Amino acid sequence: MATGEVMAGKSDNTNVDVKSTDAAPVTVRAHGLSKSFGALKAVNNIELTITAGEIFGLVGPDGAGKTTIMRMLAGVLSPDAGNIEVDGVDVIADPEQAKLHLSYMPQRFGLYEDLTVAENIFFYGELFSVSRADRLARSQELLKAAGLADFQKRLAGQLSGGMKQKLGLICALIHTPRVLLLDEPTTGVDPVSRREFWGILYNLRESGVTIILSTAYMDEAERCSRLALLHAGEIRYCDTPARLKATMPGVLLAIISANPRALREALTGQTGILGVLLMGDRVHVRVDDPAQRIPEIRASLANHHVDITLIEQVVPGIEDVFVALLDTEKVT
Amino acid sequence: MNFRRLFALAYKETLQIWRDPRSLAIALLMPLMQMGILGYGVSLDIKHVPLCVYDQENSQQSRSLVQDFVSSGWFSISRRFEREADIRDAMDRGSCNAAIVVPVNFSRTLAMNGTAPVQAIFDATDVNTTNIALGYAQGVMAQASAELATRWAAAHGIQPSLVSQIDLEPSTWFNETLDSRYFIIPGVVAVILALVGAQLTSLTISREWERGTMEQLISTPVTALEVMLGKLTPYFMIGLIDAGFCLAAAIFWFHVPFRGNVITLFTTSMLFLIVVLGIGYLISVRIRSQLGASQVALLVTMLPTSLLSGYTFPIDQMPAAIQALTLVVYARYYVTILRGIFLKGSSLTDLWMPIAGLSVYALLIIWLAARAFHKRIN
Repeated sequence: MATGEVMAGKSDNTNVDVKSTDAAPVTVRAHGLSKSFGALKAVNNIELTITAGEIFGLVGPDGAGKTTIMRMLAGVLSPDAGNIEVDGVDVIADPEQAKLHLSYMPQRFGLYEDLTVAENIFFYGELFSVSRADRLARSQELLKAAGLADFQKRLAGQLSGGMKQKLGLICALIHTPRVLLLDEPTTGVDPVSRREFWGILYNLRESGVTIILSTAYMDEAERCSRLALLHAGEIRYCDTPARLKATMPGVLLAIISANPRALREALTGQTGILGVLLMGDRVHVRVDDPAQRIPEIRASLANHHVDITLIEQVVPGIEDVFVALLDTEKVT
Repeated sequence: MNFRRLFALAYKETLQIWRDPRSLAIALLMPLMQMGILGYGVSLDIKHVPLCVYDQENSQQSRSLVQDFVSSGWFSISRRFEREADIRDAMDRGSCNAAIVVPVNFSRTLAMNGTAPVQAIFDATDVNTTNIALGYAQGVMAQASAELATRWAAAHGIQPSLVSQIDLEPSTWFNETLDSRYFIIPGVVAVILALVGAQLTSLTISREWERGTMEQLISTPVTALEVMLGKLTPYFMIGLIDAGFCLAAAIFWFHVPFRGNVITLFTTSMLFLIVVLGIGYLISVRIRSQLGASQVALLVTMLPTSLLSGYTFPIDQMPAAIQALTLVVYARYYVTILRGIFLKGSSLTDLWMPIAGLSVYALLIIWLAARAFHKRIN
């Protein structure tokens, strides 16, 4: 398998829009996947079809079932119902065969903190029976891309959060997997390391690796080629970021005000206002018809003595879409 | 089975043990410390029993009898009294555990009858000690009487052989000096290895769960059997070193006679290590917290091995039901084996029964341990 040039931060395009081509071979397929913990339905009847070369994102709040899905795909947690196929291998019937071709990076740092960087890489290389020459070549390449080349003798426990995650990725990639499963890989990682991390991911995708990752960061979700929006153990929407944005009902307005909370109070429940979302110093307001509603909003805010400095139409982000889609569901 | 993965696991585990000097020191020094404490602390011999003397006659013969007690080594005189009531007081205060009262007409009765009564009083609160002290006292008296009888016979012109025709010649085998330490030390080695062995491996799986490294490990193609063997190998080496330390201390420090074969000793010790390490591993698989696993390992090894292995309390003296129960206490087989090798110089064939018991145990534990670990989170 071609490994491709792995270079740090080479591509940093935020709006990747890769249409899943029907011709591409299906590498991961889950059908009717369910898992309960006691009375809690952690994952409920999930359907997934992920093709080679995708970066597929599982997005949702904590407790939505992201980790449970990841664990089941990795073959470390048995589902209550449903089946999973990875690269043509039935994960439930023959998890060990499937594990040869996939790599899983758990949410919690899973490497040995009392082993050095090089020793961890050696260990995982040996577990996957990687030849010595391949291991050395590949680890040099990956260490360089991750900026860890000078830290090989350092104990993993003494690395920073970002370095740990990059080491985790290196260990996960040492056997050149066909499917890579990353559970919230960049949580607690500094922005520079995160860019390097994504640089490696883009290059992997180019070399044909299927990447499935979960994230709670919406900006990161935008970098995925396709997204599944998870809520309470179910996939509510699954499409490319661009098409998800297109399905968002209404038009998004950004309003800047010194008092965003009062602004939200004033607008919530007004006719034509589909949703109000605080976004730091600004407020995102979703309306059915901007031409009609902008003057109404101005008037209403003046009534409530809320001063605003700006009101404009903006392109929605994934967070807006996510909240909007879930809100719409609640209403209907 | 992939030996490359097995070796990788064993190497990783060795590095982790090596990087944790505190636990390594515990693994290697604890057995020696326990050896010292148990080796010196546990002894069934009773020496220098504090003895009170109330010699009413105070003649040459009565003094000679008292001297016989002292020179036997089992007794030492703590007090001499002039009143019978003082003996009672001394017993109550615990300043003496035994007393002898020589009657006022001792030598006259002896000269007339050839025999004379001497009273011995024992504090029987500690039954075991009393029984042993009583035995010693009887021994001292028997020897003294024999000498007196011979002398009395000579004085009365009777051939001594007619007086004491039956002469008991006791002969003790394998532990000629009747030193209970020789009997106990091999048992101590077995108990220590049972405790330390289970402790060593009880943390090996629970540590991975607790530190969060297990999830990634089980997502690799490594098999459960490789995990077990890879993890047990380094601890087996440490166990062998511990066994070497303890056995060397028994031979060179406590001077327990070693009459057997070193190869027999090491093959049987390896068999025992497989059992104890396997039990620790089983506990580690079942209990996912390190603290819990360590405590359970201590609990399930400590009581059965110290009470039911026969290392201090003889198994053939136990009630039948308890005797049957000792069959599941794996340490009893090793105690028997060690005593046989040390004191009797027994060979593998002599010891086939306890070895068979231990082998059955080892196979059972390996079978259970190999099936216990599942590469699953739930």
